[in-house]
Amino acid sequence: MAITFHEVSKVYSHSKSRILLRNYLTGWLRPPREDRFYALKKVSFSIAPGETVAVVGSNGAGKSTLLSLVAQLCFPDEGTIRANGRIAALLELGSGFHPDLSGAENIFLNASLLGLSRARTVQLYSGIVSFSGIGEFIGQPLRTYSAGMNMRLAFSVAVNVDPDILIIDEVLAVGDRNFQKQCLEKIFEFKEKGKTLLCVSHAAEIVQELCERALWLDAGELVMDGPVKEVMAAYSGRVHPRAIRSAIERSP
Amino acid sequence: MASAAITDWKGDYGFLLSNLIKRDFKIRYRGMSLGILWSVVNPLVMMGVLTFVFTQILPEYSTKKFPVFLMCGLVPFNFFTLSLISATSSLVDSAALIKRVPFPREVVPIGTVLANSVHFLIQSGLLLGMALVFGIRPGWHWLWLAPVFLLEIVFACGMGLLFSALNVFVGDVRYVVESANTLLFWLVPIVYSFDLIPSRFEMFYLYNPLAAVVMAARNILLDGTPPSISLLVRLVLCSVFVLLLGHRFFGWVQHKFFDYL
Repeated sequence: MAITFHEVSKVYSHSKSRILLRNYLTGWLRPPREDRFYALKKVSFSIAPGETVAVVGSNGAGKSTLLSLVAQLCFPDEGTIRANGRIAALLELGSGFHPDLSGAENIFLNASLLGLSRARTVQLYSGIVSFSGIGEFIGQPLRTYSAGMNMRLAFSVAVNVDPDILIIDEVLAVGDRNFQKQCLEKIFEFKEKGKTLLCVSHAAEIVQELCERALWLDAGELVMDGPVKEVMAAYSGRVHPRAIRSAIERSP
Repeated sequence: MASAAITDWKGDYGFLLSNLIKRDFKIRYRGMSLGILWSVVNPLVMMGVLTFVFTQILPEYSTKKFPVFLMCGLVPFNFFTLSLISATSSLVDSAALIKRVPFPREVVPIGTVLANSVHFLIQSGLLLGMALVFGIRPGWHWLWLAPVFLLEIVFACGMGLLFSALNVFVGDVRYVVESANTLLFWLVPIVYSFDLIPSRFEMFYLYNPLAAVVMAARNILLDGTPPSISLLVRLVLCSVFVLLLGHRFFGWVQHKFFDYL
């Protein structure tokens, strides 16, 4: 299995955030508030290598938490996660970019953050630049780029890492049609190589085009896991499988 | 699970660190016409003011070759405070990156300290230049400055790891570190010499790596002798201990950074 989640829960609470010394001191005097909430609750699934899976659900359903857990950015409070293979996470394009560095400098910085060696980066450099279509602006500071150019550059670096598992969070929403097509082609190419894809998108057509399977999260719980067409049909109708089930149970 | 934080990153630490150092360096000097000269101007101004105070107002406390004496203290002190203050806030400043990109987190504070080491190197050049200007003859014993300053970098890395991690959990840490550095200026023998310290306070100085670095630099440049073995042993033990402690603490809490940032 490429990714296995077993009864994974992730809890957030008020006490689990950066606080000031004052709060530590008052915390000893007053009993702590009970304010735990589950971003994910006992989620179990497994994804085989080469599967393409979409995660759908409304805002706050736990989609981003799930991707962060797979990317090993954070760790579960309960349950176990297993992931095999090199992972590249496109959670927010250009997270490692700095506006005052040039495009070229940002390529090197981002490539090293994603785990590429110097030699490999030098080797991939011209490919990255030409894929991005930035052209002669590559020597200019990033703050002079448009949002679209920024995204093109970030995507170009990330797809060249050549991971076994690619995690994408809502990144195809920006950029013009042409570049979106270019990105989709790259992802299809990736899919054909038998790599695993896990993505979050609100664009139903992209999800249906890219993925075979979908996971539907609602309030931190996995409510449906199945072929993308069925899940998307249920999700777009906002018919909660549990609602159907309880309706059936209630009917005589 | 908890102990193995960033497990899958198999990248190139050297390449990543060099890129982070370059980034810090370029960002700091953007839009400054004097650029890297600022690295030299700051300690020179400080030296000028203190030399004025201790030769014109309080002449009984100044020693001969006082500017060199001061620089032996100012250069290591400047490096330490600047790198500790910037390393302490480094993780919080890089929160967006830490929440989005899986890479080894310890490179953030260490990269910050190493970026400051570049300035340390430039200022060390200034220190040696001053020594030459004041007629101190160079010798092979000057080479002792390299391991001594290197140990200070090790010490700063350890402190940086420790305080950057603490600062993720408690927001006041940054201010505590900044205030502590102001006090440190007077607690490290920068404007006075170690010989003036009453013996009952000596213990506080003997195990302070920063004080040891300053004393070693004065031994090398002003006394023309290598630092004593006991001083070096204490410096090695303290810096390595702090580095191990910082690294251990960082490794122990780093899996929680995501939740707290």
